[in-house]
Amino acid sequence: MFLIECPWCGPRDESEFDCGGEAHIERPADPAELSDEAWADYLFMRTNPKGRHRERWVHACGCRRWFNIERDTVSHRITAVYRMGRKPPGRR
Amino acid sequence: MAEAYLRQGVLDHLHLDARAVREPGEARVALCERRFVGKVSLRGRPTKRFLAAVGQALGFEPPVAANTAAGKGGRAALWLGPDEWLVVTPPGSAGETAEALRAALKLQHCAVTEISDGRAVIGLSGARAREVLMKGCPLDLHARAFKAGHCAQSTLAKALVILHQTSDQPAYDIYVERSFADYLWAWLEDAAAEYGPAIVQG
Repeated sequence: MFLIECPWCGPRDESEFDCGGEAHIERPADPAELSDEAWADYLFMRTNPKGRHRERWVHACGCRRWFNIERDTVSHRITAVYRMGRKPPGRR
Repeated sequence: MAEAYLRQGVLDHLHLDARAVREPGEARVALCERRFVGKVSLRGRPTKRFLAAVGQALGFEPPVAANTAAGKGGRAALWLGPDEWLVVTPPGSAGETAEALRAALKLQHCAVTEISDGRAVIGLSGARAREVLMKGCPLDLHARAFKAGHCAQSTLAKALVILHQTSDQPAYDIYVERSFADYLWAWLEDAAAEYGPAIVQG
């Protein structure tokens, strides 16, 4: 159980949130041009790092907004919270 | 809307009026159902123009600070998100409040929806009210962090609620979806049992 800093509501308990999986997966511009393998990779394959991971979360029991967090999958330490559409802090 | 004589409170089947005491006296926890509270969902980006129009319709501007409520003359606006408020009105006046908001916000991108019957309102007050809530709510309810005029969407005993602290007594209004009201009332009575709760008129 950890505290997540919702960008709108402030710090709230993890139980108020749902995780939406890995962040920053962009839909290919022209899916019809992709091979089945590349399309399957976009649809199903996700990284599973030990360490820093960027994820989408939604404040399901609060303001119901989506946002991104950067979390260490080992220590659960959250190193950044940033809104949808923004780049992860410290990276271009 | 149902004819007035047919209207029933969400918890009327519990016959709380038969158990209600006139004066809560020394009770450390008091519970009631606030029947027929009017509720209007208000959505729109909080531009100056939007806030001014809402202010004109309600007599006060909706709060833009997170987790706060503003109010005047029996009506209140509870902050629910960066573009969402719950406007609370006295019984029977949600319709006219919605009309006034729609008229003031004409030609602006917004949504005004009357949702009065969607949620029940349970009033919880008394010296130990905070302890009762703390048994089932993940919010930081310490008097330093959550005071009169604060509101929050969260969970109480796993039911989605909007919590509004109306006074530092402390007193809270708990807005819960209608189908969860019976469950939440039972949970509250159980959680408050050790403090000898009094049921009062809403």
